[in-house]
Amino acid sequence: MAEPLLVIEDLKIEATSYPPGEKPQKITIVNGVSLTLEKGKVLGLIGESGAGKSTIGLSAMGYGRGGVRLTGGSIRLNGREMRRAPGKVLRSTRGAEVTYVAQSAAAAFNPARKLMDQVVESTLKHKRMTRAEAKARAIELFTRLGLPDPETFGDRFPHQVSGGQLQRAMTAMALCPKPDLVVFDEPTTALDVTTQLGVLAAIKKAIRDFDVAALYITHDLAVVAQIADNIMVLRGGETVEYGTCDQIINNPQEEYTQDLVAAINVERRERDPDEKPVLTLRGISARYRGLDFDVLKNINMDVQPGTTLAIVGESGSGKSTLARVLTGLLPPHTGAVEFDGAVLSSALKGRSKQELQELQMIYQMADVAMNPRQTVGTIIGRPLEFYFGLKSKEKRERVIKLLDRIELGEEFIDRYPAELSGGQKQRVCIARALAAEPKLIICDEVTSALDPLVAKGILKLLRDLQLKEGVTYLFITHDIAAVREVADTIAVMYRGEVVRYGGKQEVLSPPFDDYTELLMRSVPEMRLGWLEDTLTLLEEHLPASAVPEGA
Amino acid sequence: MIKRIPYPALFGLIVTISFFLAAVFAPWLAPYGMSQVVGDVWEPASAAHWLGTDNIGRDLLSRLIYGGQTTIFVAIAATMVAFVVGTALGLFAAVIGGWVDQALSRLVDLIMAIPSLIFALVVLSVMPVTVPVLVIVVGLLEATRMFRLSRAVAADLAVMDFVEAARLRGEGRSWVIFREILPNVISPLIAELGMRFIFVVLFVSTLSFLGLGIQPPHADWGGIVKENKDGIVYGIPAALLPAVAIAALAISVNLVADWILERTTSLKGGRNG
Repeated sequence: MAEPLLVIEDLKIEATSYPPGEKPQKITIVNGVSLTLEKGKVLGLIGESGAGKSTIGLSAMGYGRGGVRLTGGSIRLNGREMRRAPGKVLRSTRGAEVTYVAQSAAAAFNPARKLMDQVVESTLKHKRMTRAEAKARAIELFTRLGLPDPETFGDRFPHQVSGGQLQRAMTAMALCPKPDLVVFDEPTTALDVTTQLGVLAAIKKAIRDFDVAALYITHDLAVVAQIADNIMVLRGGETVEYGTCDQIINNPQEEYTQDLVAAINVERRERDPDEKPVLTLRGISARYRGLDFDVLKNINMDVQPGTTLAIVGESGSGKSTLARVLTGLLPPHTGAVEFDGAVLSSALKGRSKQELQELQMIYQMADVAMNPRQTVGTIIGRPLEFYFGLKSKEKRERVIKLLDRIELGEEFIDRYPAELSGGQKQRVCIARALAAEPKLIICDEVTSALDPLVAKGILKLLRDLQLKEGVTYLFITHDIAAVREVADTIAVMYRGEVVRYGGKQEVLSPPFDDYTELLMRSVPEMRLGWLEDTLTLLEEHLPASAVPEGA
Repeated sequence: MIKRIPYPALFGLIVTISFFLAAVFAPWLAPYGMSQVVGDVWEPASAAHWLGTDNIGRDLLSRLIYGGQTTIFVAIAATMVAFVVGTALGLFAAVIGGWVDQALSRLVDLIMAIPSLIFALVVLSVMPVTVPVLVIVVGLLEATRMFRLSRAVAADLAVMDFVEAARLRGEGRSWVIFREILPNVISPLIAELGMRFIFVVLFVSTLSFLGLGIQPPHADWGGIVKENKDGIVYGIPAALLPAVAIAALAISVNLVADWILERTTSLKGGRNG
């Protein structure tokens, strides 16, 4: 039997790091990874960042990024050793037998040249086709990749096409020289979800149609499951598990792989409407001391595990009061809260440590939700110590892991809240809630004190955490835009009552009741005259009671 | 932080430290014994007696040094009593709230409604005047001020979200008081501590001057003023010297306390700063 297209044996890759003020240190990036790839097959390399997947992908081209050395093992492409091949051999192979699709197409194209020139460049350089043949092939590729106007697409400049189209153009560039192997390095990571779908479908089709082999590098198991024949799971530069796509997805052997698979399956499970709710409110009414009317009136709702229930309403509608009832700060007047199958004690004092641990809260003002005299390490570490009895070293390691999950570095551990930005503060608060490993997190207006971009980052983080860890949120907000982004179910509250309750689609589509209509209309639109139009509309169609004062 | 000490604070620090060192090393520094009669009545300053002698011929400098020791140590002890009792009760009241807070606060109001000097005179006139009794009486009276300050500052903090977060976590009362609130109230309290110390010095001196403080033959600054007050009529400055010492200590400790207050509250993340 002939040797497979690509054989990597016991690959070892090292780099030298230069920490400031210390001696240079050798770091092993990849340690003893072996793989084979047959012609026309797709191998998915998957792992978290730092797992060495990109480095392995690039090594298939005999290339190491700056400072990276391929120090051991062998890489054979079409039977030729690539690891110590002279420059001439590498030059003739790269861009011809093996091509590369980078993560950010926008950064990989030369903005000053037309797409067509760039797509056929390497094909012509290697004299694999004449210019006319190459152009014809490029146009065929454009067609197959579903690009608009394939005939004239190549005449555009990179800035004249969308990000998703650019990524496809890059795939066309990689496929144009009829390579044997294409290395896809996270080609869809920078794209939004719907564009990713299109690009993924195009890539899959192109790979099948042209019968090329591919190394598909990604951190997203769901993506790689769609496209790969075999999957290699990497962690810290070593192989965790290597097998067929089917085996990895349906029958993972290693614990790490099982976690990865489970993280995705959570996403699927959350769509199950029959599952037992983690939180149930039964006829909750509440009033503050000294008031003789109910601030909350007969509230009933459920939250399914792994989903988000958004509670929307203007200030004074009782949403934060509801949070106080749930946390036990305000015992309800009537009704009961069922949490995780058991009735929660209405007062904070009557709750067990476990119940407290499973129900965490994130506040609107991260500024005042953290003790200004405690370091980030103390703030996040305290729940670990308090609930799980973690001490010094273990605790520190867990805190660093949590910081990593909220996308902050280890260096934040000794900072004080005053030394953080608004978004970072809110992230630390999220980490503090996560540290308790809760079943439900109450998010009380967590983004309303942040500017829109930072708020978006926080929403994305919350969503990612939900997908990865299956956290359940009760998301209190007055911001319809945020609701659209995070909610699975929505409850609209007005003057202490739930006026509308149901799935996101249902609640956010017409016909609306008066109050929901007002809420929806209140999201400023980016056009002149919106304010006047909306106000006129409100006056015409809504009862005076629903129009806010001063409107 | 320590690098740039403003001159007033530096001056205050040096004077304060000198006073404390003098108090600690009094037996070695004082040229004569505390109640040793070494010369004539009210001798003027000379090489043998730098500040002259007092109303019965004791060396005034030695008397001042020993007196400073007594005054400062009694004041420190009383201030500590005030600080510990006042702050602990203040934080406790703020965190618990409700009727406990009401009861404690009203009690403190009641005590503060009575002029503290008169209150102390009454109490000390029926109790044996010993140093521990003096320390406790003065300490408890001053504790009312510490109570009010710490309660006021902590009451603001007790309703903040991070305290609520700690409560929702299920933390006990002592964690909330000592780990969440105390670190945030400590800087105004430290500044207040400096102020209290001065008031206690004045208080103890006043009591001694009135004869209900430190009892002779032990010296303290108030007592020295009392012993020598008659000399003023004859133009003898002996009574003024302890007054100068009290003023110098008061001003210098104040300068240091101001600096500490400024430094700790101007830290990023300090209250209102």
